[in-house]
Amino acid sequence: MDFSLTDDRRMLADTLARYLADQYPIEHRNTVAYAAPFHDPAKWAELAELGVIGALVPEAKGGFGGTGFDIAVVFEALGRALCPEPMLAALMGLTALSHTDQELDPIIAGETRIALATGELDAPYSSSDIATTATGDRLTGRKSVVYGGGVADTLLVTARHGAGIGLYQVAASDTQITPFGMVDGGGAAEVFLDNTPATRLLADAGPALAHAETAGIVALCAEAVGVMEVLKDQTLDYLKTRKQFGRAIGDFQVLQHRMVDLTIEIEQARSITIQAADSLGTPHGPRHASMAKNLIGRAGKLVSEEAIQLHGGIAMTWEYPVSHYAKRLIMIDHQLGDTDTHLERVIAG
Amino acid sequence: MDLSYSADELAFQSEVRAFLDAELPPEMSAKVRAGTDLTKAQMENWHGILNARGWLAVTWPTEHGGPGWGPVKRHIFEEECCRAFAPRTVPFGLNMLGPVLIAFGTTDQQAEYLPRILDGRDWWCQGYSEPGAGSDLASLKTRAVRDGDHYVINGQKTWTTLGQHANRIFCLVRTKAEGKPQEGISFVLLDLDTPGIEMRPIKLIEGGFEVNEVFFTDVRVPVANLVGTENEGWTIAKFLLSHERTNIAGVGFSMTALSEVKRLAQQVRRSGKPLSENPHFAARMAEIEIDLEAMKITNLRMLAQAEAQGAPGAETSMLKIKGTVIRQALNDLARRALGPAAAPLPSEDLEGNAALVPPDFANGAARYFNNRKLSIFGGSNEIQRNILAKHALGL
Ligand SMILES: Cc1cc2nc3c(=O)[nH]c(=O)nc-3n(C[C@H](O)[C@H](O)[C@H](O)COP(=O)(O)OP(=O)(O)OC[C@H]3O[C@@H](n4cnc5c(N)ncnc54)[C@H](O)[C@@H]3O)c2cc1C
Repeated sequence: MDFSLTDDRRMLADTLARYLADQYPIEHRNTVAYAAPFHDPAKWAELAELGVIGALVPEAKGGFGGTGFDIAVVFEALGRALCPEPMLAALMGLTALSHTDQELDPIIAGETRIALATGELDAPYSSSDIATTATGDRLTGRKSVVYGGGVADTLLVTARHGAGIGLYQVAASDTQITPFGMVDGGGAAEVFLDNTPATRLLADAGPALAHAETAGIVALCAEAVGVMEVLKDQTLDYLKTRKQFGRAIGDFQVLQHRMVDLTIEIEQARSITIQAADSLGTPHGPRHASMAKNLIGRAGKLVSEEAIQLHGGIAMTWEYPVSHYAKRLIMIDHQLGDTDTHLERVIAG
Repeated sequence: MDLSYSADELAFQSEVRAFLDAELPPEMSAKVRAGTDLTKAQMENWHGILNARGWLAVTWPTEHGGPGWGPVKRHIFEEECCRAFAPRTVPFGLNMLGPVLIAFGTTDQQAEYLPRILDGRDWWCQGYSEPGAGSDLASLKTRAVRDGDHYVINGQKTWTTLGQHANRIFCLVRTKAEGKPQEGISFVLLDLDTPGIEMRPIKLIEGGFEVNEVFFTDVRVPVANLVGTENEGWTIAKFLLSHERTNIAGVGFSMTALSEVKRLAQQVRRSGKPLSENPHFAARMAEIEIDLEAMKITNLRMLAQAEAQGAPGAETSMLKIKGTVIRQALNDLARRALGPAAAPLPSEDLEGNAALVPPDFANGAARYFNNRKLSIFGGSNEIQRNILAKHALGL
């Protein structure tokens, strides 16, 4: 067994981490993450140039990565920088499109942007309950909280047709899109389809969607691990430097134990994420992804809440970066299935 | 033992309900329900309505304008106000400074300030915490140096809640540098218009503005504004903190939050059914309901005990810990119930048909993040545990 990264991945991780530390400091992040368009288009182009989008796609499809570990490396780095770029939308869109014969190069190059529009208000996590319908090449329905939907050129939409659920391509300009910012930064959109023209890419969206969702979960779990590592470092540093009652608050044993518990949970979170990344694309993929997402949901809540509590009031402020990391970590549980949803999937086997 | 309300208490409950039905402006309760901030004028208006009925300063003795209620009536009042989504009253004058002046103030100070709290001419804020003095409040550094019949104050306070609306601040200041830190603290009253005071807003985690920093540069305050004895402010500080903790269980808030979560879980649909029928979510909700049911009784038991002893004891720390844990758990549940729909920042584009959830629930995530403060302020839950370990358990 070998838990070290390959040289290529190590290089990708280092390059991306350096770029983000340099180009995406938290002040810049907070400026772009909460105001339209809720990301920085110039940085998106640079990330594409660095090959970050290509790293999410297998060679056979025009990229140079695409495995679970490639995805995990990229998203952990994005998590550490709290990067609000719509990379999840790109990953999930590209993964779904890799099941079609669509050209991926313009997306990998950062020239066109896509978003995967599957979730609906009453069916946020499960594609089998969707209500959006296709009548011939026209779609009607509402897709809700489409990540990256406000800045996409093309939407990949799931809809019911006579024989099942298909995957359709819709030009953003052909439909009504209401973009919005999110409490933890970054953008999403409500998409209103009303007899909207579409092209059917797949009659059965099932395998492509399952693949995209599993890849997306691996990405979110890795991002969460990156966020947790930063929260851990910041909290540990604060425990060592903040003085009350004439000593560092880290001298209080009760706080020491809680910091230790955090550390244990973060190691567990990393392990289950490695497991999920390793089995992406295998028959165990979805189950391991569900296990990871459930554990990340639980650990994420603990780490986020404890990071704030152990800091005291300072972490309640907008100015102090911990608050933004804590928000992101909590809101990851609201994406692609929450703790309970994935618990149910693990129980169901 | 008899856990039911007496005939008198039931009559009181009806009286409170009738009052709230008639007097609580619907636009205020709608805001409270949705968790959006009230304007200063709205808060003042609500104080005025309560004051006209004699129900504003619920903890004050009757001779100073309080209603003369015992703990059970206060509990009923709180519960009914929460149920009706009445705004919470601003505590700094009513629950903090008022009781301090009644216990430690001169008759002149009582005559000057108490009526102004009741009729709304004064809005007080609390200047205790400093950047370097949070849990360790006694280490505060803001200095007051005697100069004739004035103090000259230099230093900084922080976390000053609703200071942006206030015209006055009560402060703990250091009047003696030598000796034990607790022995050199004094309690003074300041007019925020005094030259040398600057207030700056602090933006909170969810984007709201409710706390501030206050800077003092050569601020001259008449010595007559000292409350109690110079260098004995720590006694007052502790007295005030114990009063701050009454009602800290927030049982009324939690009962309302629980019924709102239940309402939400019936409206949210997952897998073709209401979320309330999802076994995992239902279990989470039921566990909190059980804790809250116990908390109601724990709260009343401890309030009765405090009343019998004449002053709240260390046990009220229990109410603070468990009460805030329950409130935070309910906020957590409401956020979870929303799923991805918890994500949007408030936006005019998402109103009406474009809304993702009914407006009462749209603030679920913001409320959850903002209420992480509950276990930090008013004495953090760690500090409360220290108090219990030492004073209640003798460890
Ligand atoms: C929203 C908000 C509103 C507030 N409003 C006001 C206000 O109006 N007026 C005012 O004066 N103050 C106010 N406060 C300040 C509040 O009282 C302080 O935040 C609180 O006392 C904690 O202090 P601190 O934030 O400096 O944290 P610290 O005291 O630095 O604590 C950091 C961490 O260390 C822990 N810790 C500290 N000492 C010990 C110990 N001995 N044993 C174990 N653990 C310990 C704490 O529990 C916490 O987890 C407000 C705070 C907030 C967040």
